[in-house]
Amino acid sequence: MDFGPHLMLATLEGAVGAAVLALTALGLSLVFGVMRVVNVAHGEFYMLGAVVAWFVSTAIGTHPALGFVGALIVAPLVAAGIAIAADRLVLKRVDYDPEATIVATIGILYIMQQAALMGFGPEARPVTEPFNSRIMLPLLDWSKGLPSFYYPTGWGAPSITSYKLFVIAAATAILISFWLILSRTKVGLIMRATQLDKETAQAFGIPVNRVYSLVFGLGAGLAALAAVLIVPIQQAHYLMGGDPLLLSFIVVIIGGLGSIRGTVVAALLIGLSDGIISVFFSPTLAKILATLLVAMVLVFRPQGLYGKKPA
Amino acid sequence: MTQKLMTNRRGLLMGAAAGGLLASSPLVSRFAHAQSSGPIKIGFQQHSTGIGAAYGRWYGRTTEAAVKKINEEGGINGREVQIVAEDDGTDPKRGAEVVEKFANQHDCDVAFGTLFSHVVFGSAPAAGELKMPYFVVSEGHHVASGALNRYTLQPGITDVKSQVQAMAPYVAKNLGKKVTMVFPDFAFGHDHRDFFTAAIEAQGGEVLKHIAIPPTETSFTKYFPQIPRETEVLYHVMVGPGVLTFVKELGEFFGPSSPAIFGFIDSLEAVDLASPGLEFLENTYFWEGNPRYAQADQTEYDKAFRAAVGVDANGASVSDSADVSTYAHMFGCWETLHVIKAGMEASDYKGPEDRAKLIEAVEAMGAMDESAAHPQGPKIFNGKTHQTFGVQYISQVQNGKLVKVHTTSIEDTMYPDEVDYTTQSF
Repeated sequence: MDFGPHLMLATLEGAVGAAVLALTALGLSLVFGVMRVVNVAHGEFYMLGAVVAWFVSTAIGTHPALGFVGALIVAPLVAAGIAIAADRLVLKRVDYDPEATIVATIGILYIMQQAALMGFGPEARPVTEPFNSRIMLPLLDWSKGLPSFYYPTGWGAPSITSYKLFVIAAATAILISFWLILSRTKVGLIMRATQLDKETAQAFGIPVNRVYSLVFGLGAGLAALAAVLIVPIQQAHYLMGGDPLLLSFIVVIIGGLGSIRGTVVAALLIGLSDGIISVFFSPTLAKILATLLVAMVLVFRPQGLYGKKPA
Repeated sequence: MTQKLMTNRRGLLMGAAAGGLLASSPLVSRFAHAQSSGPIKIGFQQHSTGIGAAYGRWYGRTTEAAVKKINEEGGINGREVQIVAEDDGTDPKRGAEVVEKFANQHDCDVAFGTLFSHVVFGSAPAAGELKMPYFVVSEGHHVASGALNRYTLQPGITDVKSQVQAMAPYVAKNLGKKVTMVFPDFAFGHDHRDFFTAAIEAQGGEVLKHIAIPPTETSFTKYFPQIPRETEVLYHVMVGPGVLTFVKELGEFFGPSSPAIFGFIDSLEAVDLASPGLEFLENTYFWEGNPRYAQADQTEYDKAFRAAVGVDANGASVSDSADVSTYAHMFGCWETLHVIKAGMEASDYKGPEDRAKLIEAVEAMGAMDESAAHPQGPKIFNGKTHQTFGVQYISQVQNGKLVKVHTTSIEDTMYPDEVDYTTQSF
């Protein structure tokens, strides 16, 4: 395949990964930013979202679109509910102590993973996409001096599916609305106040404990939402939480823990470079470079690209 | 505090009644004439969890059905057969631990059932050290390559080298000679890469490009642009939880036109061919170890095998048509258990002290006819390489079903010996 179409395909594939990664990593970053909790179980909330999506779409079962919309609503709510319960029952009891919460969330990780294995089973199960058609991608042609578009023919002509484009669009929409909530609404103001200074916020009458529960639920809900978007492309599997957790950590370390802008930029960087390097070189090299970038950031800019230096 | 032994009339009567019930039950009377009436314990290393879980589930069902049949026919040497199943998590390290557990905790007579080649690699040394006969159902070429030991045998399923070697002439003659291969990047995939490349070159063809994909990969489209334009045949084989995504994205990449496609059914084991997105597979070809769909010339043995395991004519569970079996592989468990039975009977196996005799008896087996014990087809067991050889099937997708279009001979699958395990001491 020629360089141009090859690059376009790689970019689009990378963008799908980046979109989903941005949502997942945002949840992790939010929880750390506001609560100072490193949620090791974050990937399992992602897995939970995919598993619930399968249950909902199977239970509704009439038209794939109906099941998908149902999953979009139910899965984040279930994940958020379980996260809030975990916050009240576990994290609050250990006083959000940084070391204790890491160990506690590792425990939650195993409980959720094994519960999924027992309740959902070890198989990978597919969820049908609500719509899916193959869209051919036009290429730019400069051979006549003026730019014109043409569609290559034959097999393997660059194409993408409508559902993958939808994933990119939906993730962008969610990110924008999330940013609006955080910057323009009262709930967002309260969350930002809690992030800035917990004690002062409490002194001004902000129910910090309830904000914590809300934020932990929101973080889990974002991960679940990302999984619902990706599950028609991949499949629900009880071990699927490992990769997103690792990549989310990479993203928030590069972007700066607690910084939304940094998270989105780093997700794009990691997602796109993974897509492009995988296509042109090898997927292993993409992972090596991402990890190398993490090491570089930790050495030269430990607060991350957009993180604030600790005072 | 002391406790008085309670003996009363009711207790005695109940004991007597239970004893009577036990004596009159068919199970006990059936095995009553055995020289040693204890059961023969077969340790079943099962991929219940991890990336091999779909295979593990069906290997489990097949094993259960085979043991039920063997016990109904009088067990082995008049003794009941018991399966001790342990999950290895499709993990080599846990695989070795499971083999040790069979030997040290469960007092198993033999171990059996492993599929994934890296687990076989991890477990076989433990079996050799513990002097535990280890009957694998794995397809990997590692047994016949000489990499393992005298205690490891593969009598119930053929290996990748013989399978791909038998496919190459058909591919070169009917589909094309310029091949691009897509395979998982671990031992099993490397067997495909090495042996098919050599086999197609022997047919005057060539492999244009090898595309290796990590077995844990979840997104595949990014690999496909590497397929060269002049490819005539795309050869694919994939394993793990991502197989459906793999095949779907392959279809989305090619669109309405594509080169000829030849796949190993591993890419779609336990996956319904009618899944949305797989329509493009119509008219493409698959290797099948055993045809998933009941064929027009179905043998009575295949019919009985399906009925015993609980598989319908479409290769799915009789109780749930969405639960598709791993039909191309799981017969290996059934056949291996029958080989263990035949070996134990030929060597008059009494207990662990007869393990070496059992291995020698299996090594001496040679030809096995197509029968109720060997429903997949006739086999020839090579006692020197500890590997069985058998017919292979090529099927084409026609109207959404796999229809058998070619059956190889056993000779097509043979290759020169690479090891003689019989020269190793026990």
